[in-house]
Amino acid sequence: MFYVKNTINFMRPRWIFMAMSATLVLISIFAIVTRGLNFGIQFTGGTVIEVHYSKSVPLSDVRSLLHKAGFPDAQVSNIGTARDVMIRVAPRAEKNRSKVGDKVVQLLSQDTTQKVTLRKVDFVGPTVGSELRQDGALALLYTVIAILIYVTLRFEWRFALGAVLALVHDIIITVGVFAITQLEFNMTVLAALLALLGYSLNDTIVVFDRVRENFRKMRKGSPAGIMNAAVTQTLSRTVITSFTVVLVLLSLFFFGGSVIHNFSLAMLIGVIFGTYSSVYVASALALTLGVSKADLMPTKKADVDDRP
Amino acid sequence: MNRYPLWKYLLLVVVVVIGVLYALPNLYGEDPAIQISKRDGAIGSGLQAQVAAVLKKDNLRYKRIETEGSNLLVRFYGTGTQLRAIDPIKKALGKQYIVAVNLAPSTPQWLRAIGAKPMYLGLDLRGGVHFLLQIDMAAAVGQVLDRDETAIRRFLMNKQVPYASVTRHNEQLLIRFTSTAQRDKAQGLLAGQYRDLTFTAKNTGGPALVAQLSDAALLQTKQYALEQNITTLRNRVNELGVAEPVIQRQGQDRIVVELPGVQDTARAKNILGATAGLEFRLVYQGGNAAAAAKSGNVPLGARLFYERNGQPILLKSQVILTGDYITNASSGFEQQNNTPAVFITLDGQGASLMTAATRNNVGKFMAVVYIDTTPETKMVNGKKTTVYVKHDSVINVARIQQTLGQRFQITGLSSPQQARNLSLLLRAGSLAAPMNIVEERTVGPSLGKENIQQGFNSAVIGFLLVVLFMAAYYRVFGMIANLALFANVVLVVAVMSMIQATLTLPGIAGITLTVGMAVDANVLIFERIREELRNGNTPQASIHAGYDRAMATIVDSNVTTLIAALILFAFGSGAVKGFAITLSIGIVTSMFTAIMGTRAVVNLIYGRRRRIKKLAV
Repeated sequence: MFYVKNTINFMRPRWIFMAMSATLVLISIFAIVTRGLNFGIQFTGGTVIEVHYSKSVPLSDVRSLLHKAGFPDAQVSNIGTARDVMIRVAPRAEKNRSKVGDKVVQLLSQDTTQKVTLRKVDFVGPTVGSELRQDGALALLYTVIAILIYVTLRFEWRFALGAVLALVHDIIITVGVFAITQLEFNMTVLAALLALLGYSLNDTIVVFDRVRENFRKMRKGSPAGIMNAAVTQTLSRTVITSFTVVLVLLSLFFFGGSVIHNFSLAMLIGVIFGTYSSVYVASALALTLGVSKADLMPTKKADVDDRP
Repeated sequence: MNRYPLWKYLLLVVVVVIGVLYALPNLYGEDPAIQISKRDGAIGSGLQAQVAAVLKKDNLRYKRIETEGSNLLVRFYGTGTQLRAIDPIKKALGKQYIVAVNLAPSTPQWLRAIGAKPMYLGLDLRGGVHFLLQIDMAAAVGQVLDRDETAIRRFLMNKQVPYASVTRHNEQLLIRFTSTAQRDKAQGLLAGQYRDLTFTAKNTGGPALVAQLSDAALLQTKQYALEQNITTLRNRVNELGVAEPVIQRQGQDRIVVELPGVQDTARAKNILGATAGLEFRLVYQGGNAAAAAKSGNVPLGARLFYERNGQPILLKSQVILTGDYITNASSGFEQQNNTPAVFITLDGQGASLMTAATRNNVGKFMAVVYIDTTPETKMVNGKKTTVYVKHDSVINVARIQQTLGQRFQITGLSSPQQARNLSLLLRAGSLAAPMNIVEERTVGPSLGKENIQQGFNSAVIGFLLVVLFMAAYYRVFGMIANLALFANVVLVVAVMSMIQATLTLPGIAGITLTVGMAVDANVLIFERIREELRNGNTPQASIHAGYDRAMATIVDSNVTTLIAALILFAFGSGAVKGFAITLSIGIVTSMFTAIMGTRAVVNLIYGRRRRIKKLAV
């Protein structure tokens, strides 16, 4: 179905796509710097309470009740239905911080005749939050370094650089989307980013593997031509694998519930860009950096010419 | 050339059969149950009959009663009878037993015999509370030094070395002397006696010695504080009657507590987080408390305290004994005035300390000091730091009627509730150092159920979509790949059950994701086979070459994903760790099923045929 008979000249418009990628990355960085991320409480510290009312309740009532009762910073919103209310309270510098959740639930159930059931309380202290942010950033960094080393060992530094820049590209754009939409960036999104590192690289490696094979096998042909052949040959695989992963992610996105909603969204964005970047960032960069046949030939054993 | 040796088939069959066996317990669900354990030691042999009699009397139908380790487990048919059975059982068994509500896996006996257990469900799937507690290590060190302070005083007095004062400043003790000769003499004696401390001579403000805990002692103190707090927490959690609690250390100074099924977080928190301690001190005679409170001049050998009503009172700075010596405490009412009271039993050492202190002081007053430590956040140099503030209040002052021994009572508590909480805290032992809740998660039971339902549904839908697509696109080979996918899911579940990993919602997402990614190996192989066919190779040669050539690519791409998953595991916490575990297991098992598994089936179907015109790929 996806079989393409003639080699497509993927590398010809590479400058256009590389420019596009660069623009997207710059826009993302700009958004991250100017708008910032809407960090989940696991990173910022604070308290999130989710309650379920037996009948729908006007948010303004809940809000004014909390504001009057000493929570002027409480953010109140609906999640899912009009009967499910999420309340977010910023970390506060006073004692008994960890009792905020209990207090809010008590307040809410006193105020109404409705039955209020507590669904979830998350409290994270401010120090834990900042530690997590640091650990998360470190985890990303370590993964990138580990991958850089692995690809250099298995292939060649130009490929490693191309692959890692493609990864960074995917990650920055995915984070950029979260900065632009101001969707909550929580722990599961971070997990998604790390999983993406693996996935996006997986895709790149498949293309690179084929490039290496072609360099060794095809006697004629420019590096660009060989790249084109490799991308064309792996195209059907790339499309099908990405398609099946997207199928799974869509299912998680629509049926998986609120907890993994942002996780699946981050993965979806990442998978789409990861597939694209294998060709137009990783391969195109390796080509631009001047990868050649000689770089990929297996190291030959020394000839036995020192015979006595 | 497309034939597998028999041993490979045998290996596959054995692995899959083991996988199915160990994954099986997850299908059996859970029985609502009541778990009964004894506070100290094993349950007696007559307990089973006793419980059965109670249930029979109240006409409560149960499935069966069985001993499980050191617990007795009563299984019910529904949560209705389970909940109704708690009170009668509690009443009949008395306070020595802990009666907890539980969901017990209903794994059949023959599976349990081979050690097969279902996966452990995370809090996000079963509901409950999660706490992350941080220990105040500075306080732990302070406590050790406080003890040394008293001991050093006594030691120097016994050795007849005059000293000016012994005081503690944070993590140091300062011992002042009137002459350098005395200091040098003391240094020699002290260094021989207190090997945990290092003594350095100092001359600012007169001859003095600075004592500090040695590095080894410091480390040991912290280690001890961590262990002691974990033990204490375990005892306290038992008091709450929670089944299958998780209490683990995390890092150097943190403890994770997970209480599945607990809903009343406020109560759980009070009992876990409270750092109540008790001290018994004699009332200082002859000082004027009001004057001391006003001027701040506290007489030597005394300390200023306040009673609950704000009244200042001077107590001796020497502590008779602390809450550590208490072996049992129960609440009730004092007989004479019918006011709430706590009845205390001490251990042998505590009893002799108490006797020694009260023997010569009959007729004098003794005070009970209640110490409550709460963490407070302050800004220090622009940085948020948590400071532990000690609130001590005198809860009771009473005339010593006679020499006190192993048993006595504390009165003067404001309510029966307070008496009960205090006795609970005392019974559960005291913490080596105060703790602070730095993270808390509560998941209601309804949300847990919903999470499981949604997680399961989305996983099944995702799986079906992939299976349908593969069957439609690769036909026979697609069906073979689907077989491998199914085996893969079974193996992931089996491995997770074997290592008793915790299944979380992100974990379910991880399994589903490996399904999407495990297909990749087969897609690579099948695409390669198609390519070989297009190049004019025979079907048999194409199958061979397809598997052969795709192999390196599959290994390469999977290793990189594995690297990411392992780093995720090392850095992530809680739910994210769960995701990393499932992803890692999924990668490894999928390599096995997608390469070896599918090849075996392909060989079985096509390997023996001499002439194949077409491959359904």
